[in-house]
Amino acid sequence: MSESLRFTFDVDGGDFTSAGHASVQVKKNLRQLGLSPEVIRRVSIAMYEGEINMVIHAGGGHAEVLVHEDCVEIILDDKGPGIADIEQAMQEGFSTAPDQIRSLGFGAGMGLPNMKRYTDSMEIFSTVGVGTKIVMKVNY
Amino acid sequence: MTVKELTEKMGLKAACMPVPEREISGAYIGDLLSWVMGRAGADCAWITIMSNLNIVAVASLADVACVILAEGVTPDGAALDAARERGVNLLLSEAATYETAIALSHLIK
Repeated sequence: MSESLRFTFDVDGGDFTSAGHASVQVKKNLRQLGLSPEVIRRVSIAMYEGEINMVIHAGGGHAEVLVHEDCVEIILDDKGPGIADIEQAMQEGFSTAPDQIRSLGFGAGMGLPNMKRYTDSMEIFSTVGVGTKIVMKVNY
Repeated sequence: MTVKELTEKMGLKAACMPVPEREISGAYIGDLLSWVMGRAGADCAWITIMSNLNIVAVASLADVACVILAEGVTPDGAALDAARERGVNLLLSEAATYETAIALSHLIK
């Protein structure tokens, strides 16, 4: 673990339009490391969806990306309201996003399903009123 | 087919074309951004009527070859700046989404 490359980001919850900065930076970093376009794409999309979720629901949070020998690990941590029913949140089409978010093209209830779709493993640890932590891995 | 060739053959206007030689493979139509990220293939042409900054992030992260804004929609200033900065091809079609898609289907598989 100590040899893995590590990138950390604070995700700003205040500015919705700037969401994606961390994901774009990770994409650049991974490209410089020479990872395959498909791995970069999967990591980028999963992370962007997570970033958007933290901005919409949690007022921002913290993101960490670790480049291991056999996978890229993405850890997203927020102190938002938590997810009451994870199984329900994982269903395509289920969303609690407000209307103004939908007018921007988000809030379709596809964020968490996409994160699962593009990663090899995904774990959600959430406590209502405390926050949510999501750990995702994309294997090479 | 490259983005530049497509632009010429379809009579599109390029709002910005930082990577004209990029090859296009496939197409996707949609305005809900997570649907696009979930379904659009890498290197595709993406037709949408969304014009805000977030389409640039989605296009870049999903690695599409170009975005075609249909129905005469134009990008807002922030989106255009971001597209130039991030190397996202942003094309404009005066035609409706359906007609744009039909024209596209004659040119790419």
